[in-house]
Amino acid sequence: MRVFRLIYKNMLRHKLRTMLTIIGIAIAVVAFGLLRTVVTAWYAGVEGSSANRLIARHSVSFIFPLPLAYRDRIANVDGVERVTYANWFGGVYIDKNQFFARLAVDAETFFDVYPELLVPKDQLDAFKKDRSGCIIGQQLVDRFNLKLGDIMPIEGDIYPGKWNFTVRGIYKPRDKTTDPSNMLMQWQYLDEKVRIDFPTRAGNVGWYIVEIKDPGKSAAISAQVDEYFKNSPAETKTETERAFQQDFMATVSAIITAMNVMSFVIIGIIMLVLGNTMIMAARERIREYSVLKTLGFSSFHLIGLIGGESLAIAVLGGAVGIALSYPMVAGFEAALPKGWFPIFNLETITLVLASSSALLVGILASIFPIQRALNTTIVDGLRQIG
Amino acid sequence: MSLVSVQKISKSYWRDSLEIPVLNNISFDVPEGEFVGLMGPSGSGKTTLLNLIAGIDRPTQGAIMVSDTDVTRLNESQLAKWRARNVGFVFQFYNLLPVLTAFENVELPLLLSKLSKKERREHVEFALKIVGLEDRMKHYPKQLSGGQEQRVAIARAIVTDPTILIADEPTGDLDKSSALEILNLLERLNSEFKKTIIMVTHDPRAAEKAHSIRHLDKGELT
Ligand SMILES: Nc1ncnc2c1ncn2[C@@H]1O[C@H](COP(=O)(O)OP(=O)(O)OP(=O)(O)O)[C@@H](O)[C@H]1O
Ligand SMILES: [Mg+2]
Repeated sequence: MRVFRLIYKNMLRHKLRTMLTIIGIAIAVVAFGLLRTVVTAWYAGVEGSSANRLIARHSVSFIFPLPLAYRDRIANVDGVERVTYANWFGGVYIDKNQFFARLAVDAETFFDVYPELLVPKDQLDAFKKDRSGCIIGQQLVDRFNLKLGDIMPIEGDIYPGKWNFTVRGIYKPRDKTTDPSNMLMQWQYLDEKVRIDFPTRAGNVGWYIVEIKDPGKSAAISAQVDEYFKNSPAETKTETERAFQQDFMATVSAIITAMNVMSFVIIGIIMLVLGNTMIMAARERIREYSVLKTLGFSSFHLIGLIGGESLAIAVLGGAVGIALSYPMVAGFEAALPKGWFPIFNLETITLVLASSSALLVGILASIFPIQRALNTTIVDGLRQIG
Repeated sequence: MSLVSVQKISKSYWRDSLEIPVLNNISFDVPEGEFVGLMGPSGSGKTTLLNLIAGIDRPTQGAIMVSDTDVTRLNESQLAKWRARNVGFVFQFYNLLPVLTAFENVELPLLLSKLSKKERREHVEFALKIVGLEDRMKHYPKQLSGGQEQRVAIARAIVTDPTILIADEPTGDLDKSSALEILNLLERLNSEFKKTIIMVTHDPRAAEKAHSIRHLDKGELT
């Protein structure tokens, strides 16, 4: 029998209390994992943004369009490699709860500027040839059980009418942070129809995506582009893709901040739960600790005994929590409207944070009880009626 | 030569800068192999004196020699090691660890020694045999009677073969017949195993078993 056997036996002393503490820690770890996953899912767009892409949009808001004529003038700015453009298409596929981005893009150039969307060459060619074709992300294929050649009917809202797009290509996301659920159709096709139905909206582009050679010059190039269109009817605001994403994020940032804070509040709660258990345990055993000291056990033994129990409970709770986090995150994703978060992964860093927090909490929660056990003199401890 | 020599010991407790004198300039010797009974009214400082000899408390003044070691001069960790080797304790309320079996309770002090698992087992079984509980090794304290618990505590106290055995009212919480069993056991440890015993007691029958009786009253030895 060694000290860890005593730790084990002490843990089983109040089985219910120990169980509840372990469950409490596990629940907190799951909650922490979920919150962090939601926060990272929000930031996935920012993470996935490229440093060598600028977004040029209307200076007032990106809901106002820019003329197509800007394309060549932007392309002529020094340091610009390529220019492509896109429109937010919107619309409803199947029903209003199917969220995924639907964009009308320039078929010729868009995929050159977005190399993280991996499309087989023959499919890309087929897309370029078919005016009403579209390319969709692998996730949409899996979600809606689609294949090449299938028709995707869209009920237009920004661009009213019934639209039918044929799946000509399927892209695979290159990185974990690449949105795997976009639907991309031809801007030229959109513009043709708009020209007939809403002639005043023809030749409009939602925003330009500008690929630059040197990410270090992004500020200068952005300034130059904006300077170019100064005093024109549609002034531009150009910034890096990352800044653009962050701008968008800013609208929901209060919620994100709250979630961020919450995830750390949860760690505080775990600490209180475990700390409370350990303090209760140490108080009951103060007399036993004195007996052990009387027998010649040292401070190190007591630290091992109390700290070991606290750590063991924390580790168990952390392990159970992490084990439960996987099904919980998967279940949470399934319960959300489809496509809300195209990227929803329990990240390694989240698990590392959760488990190291549990460890840290295990240590911190034992400090006070250890201190108390060490500071109580043997004589005082023995006089305590157990 | 005496095994224990208490030399001009005084002890006061402090409560909020208020001095509470408990022992006042006490001296006495305990020869090796003695069985000393310590009596006196409640609050006279018996437990305090015992704690000082056992090295779990420190005197305000004076020295305590136990076979050539001045206990009062050892630091905390030296004192802990010294206690583990030299002192066996028997308390009024047994003070067994409730989560450990009788065997494991008796084994506790041996965990601090360098003995192998097998040697520890032999020692524990021997100690439990002396107290007549070899058939209760796997029992937990709450499965034992008070008298049996106290015998386990005595086994724990003697398993390291200490220099002195210290007992603070070992029969104080027991019925007549259990008390007698414990007293006979202590007597046997003294006569058969030559253990030096210092025992505090209120019980005249317990005092009868001792070779000599010292009386403590208001912090003074009479
Ligand atoms: N840790 C302490 N702090 C303050 N006062 C104490 C402390 N320990 C003992 N005393 C006081 O010292 C005096 C002697 O206590 P002690 O426990 O030695 O008496 P005792 O003779 O063993 O009594 P009893 O027969 O009731 O066990 C008492 O007045 C007690 O209140
Ligand atoms: Mg007493």
